[in-house]
Amino acid sequence: MATLNSRTREKIIKNIFFCVALACIIMLGLITLFLFMEGIPIFDKVSIKNFVFGVYWYPTSEPPDFGIFALITGSIFVTLLSAAFSIPLGVMSALYLAEIAKPKMREIVKPMVELIASLPSVVIGFFGMVIVAPFLQDAFDIPTGLNLFNAALMLAFMSVPTICSISEDAIYSVPNALREASLALGATRLETIMKVVLPASISGVSTAVILGMSRAIGETMVVLMVAGGAAMVPHSIFDPVRPMPASIAAEMAEAPFRGDHYHALFATGVVLFLFTFVFNIVADIIANKYKQTGDATL
Amino acid sequence: METESTIQKNEGEPFEGSPMPAGRSKQSRRLRQNIIFGLLRIAALINGLALAIILWFMIARGWRAISWEFLTQAPTDSMTKGGILPCIVGTLALGIGAMIIAFPIGVASAIFLNEYARSGKVLRIIRLGINNLAGVPSVVFGLFGLAFFVIWLDMGVSLIAGALTLAAMSLPVIIGASEEALKSVPDTYREASLGLGATKWQTIYRVVLPAALPGILTGGILGLSRAAGELAPVMFTAAVFFAPHLPSSIFSEVMTLPYHIYVLATAGTEIEATRPLQYGSALVLIALVLGMNLAAIIYRSRLRNRLS
Repeated sequence: MATLNSRTREKIIKNIFFCVALACIIMLGLITLFLFMEGIPIFDKVSIKNFVFGVYWYPTSEPPDFGIFALITGSIFVTLLSAAFSIPLGVMSALYLAEIAKPKMREIVKPMVELIASLPSVVIGFFGMVIVAPFLQDAFDIPTGLNLFNAALMLAFMSVPTICSISEDAIYSVPNALREASLALGATRLETIMKVVLPASISGVSTAVILGMSRAIGETMVVLMVAGGAAMVPHSIFDPVRPMPASIAAEMAEAPFRGDHYHALFATGVVLFLFTFVFNIVADIIANKYKQTGDATL
Repeated sequence: METESTIQKNEGEPFEGSPMPAGRSKQSRRLRQNIIFGLLRIAALINGLALAIILWFMIARGWRAISWEFLTQAPTDSMTKGGILPCIVGTLALGIGAMIIAFPIGVASAIFLNEYARSGKVLRIIRLGINNLAGVPSVVFGLFGLAFFVIWLDMGVSLIAGALTLAAMSLPVIIGASEEALKSVPDTYREASLGLGATKWQTIYRVVLPAALPGILTGGILGLSRAAGELAPVMFTAAVFFAPHLPSSIFSEVMTLPYHIYVLATAGTEIEATRPLQYGSALVLIALVLGMNLAAIIYRSRLRNRLS
């Protein structure tokens, strides 16, 4: 009898843990449900096509224009430009950490990268606003330092830690036997890194890059404070832009509750959510399909 | 490290007649390597430099604003003078509230994933859920908190709504850290306990959890610091521009440091005049967040040294 009791008890405990572990999925489900519930009513007023491809975002004028194409391009350009800085920097730092840093340096540099990741985004936005913007304005002689370029710089700084630590994990876990085999064949350390180690860890490194970009496109405070806020399609990297998160954060407070503007902002949230969702699914597919050599925990 | 020395020894000494050089001399290959390794070092250095520049500016311009009064008094004269006590209290209350909610759920999820689940479809779906939750933009959490906690559950703009929203956001961080801590407990511990006749739950509760606890707590501290520094999720759910009193219940609106900095820097009537206050608040926020992180990082590296 006693064993039966303890067996049922064990089963119950296991099931409790299983239910708690579903919390993340339930949360994700609730987020999707409520975003769509509050976002979809705007499509009674504008068609999906006009919403996504409309270039005019004048939510408070009469009659209002709800076209978020400028916001989408703002987000995409900022993310791409920041990736141009953050991918080389992140991957190169990861290579340094995993392949050439002495253990002592590793002990110092790794926590430093983690500290960068922990800086609150509002502090980085503030820094971009009060220090970097005036500097850019003087250096390039442009009308405003709050622009696409500045935002991309700040975002790159924020996504480097993500890219660096995930890539480093992937590179570090490439088995040493591969390195030794290559070195024994006469390759230099650089040739070993480029032709053996990087190809072996490419799936981990790509995952890192995608997650870094996904972080950049969803980052809010930096683009809200630094990107300049003009809802137009940019023509140069020094044009001010208004990426989607900035638009949502700036306008939600003044949007009348359950009015068109409110629903339009939720619909913008849906588009943003879909962007990051696709990024994450692609990262997941890469991580699973092209299995990492070694035992990196991605 | 053993491998380090083997690599060092082999460096740049290809065998005679090996096919790899393919027309390139030994010197040019060495040179190429030195140049590229130099670039990699510079890349790592740029990160450090950027961090140092930000910290230097914030400290150099912020320390003057910091005084005992600044830390212990409420803002006065429509936020152009006075201190930031309500913001510090609000920030900590939100962060700690979020951890009280997310920590048990996160640790329990990690226990299921690491101790109970066998690889299969269910595990794969749960992992996909966690990864995707980790990727949801912070402002989307804010929208969700507004629609679900504030409006649908009728909590209003309140401490509890903000803490719940932040908890949802920090869940993946806590799960990740706890899982890593659980993984670092050697299997021999589990086998010894099971071999002595303990049940699975007794093993987890009496053996695995105590061994993993320091690592799990570190994860909690990291989650707390992340939650305290975030603004986008609490902007619509908990934070207000100005609250006359300290929060008195979980349904009070709160002031927070990040929102205070944002409002003073972008929307105040006297942006330039309140610059010292902005720098001061930013420095306090950095000190709070980096202090927690540094403590967690140092604690964790000590722990690792002890285990190995």
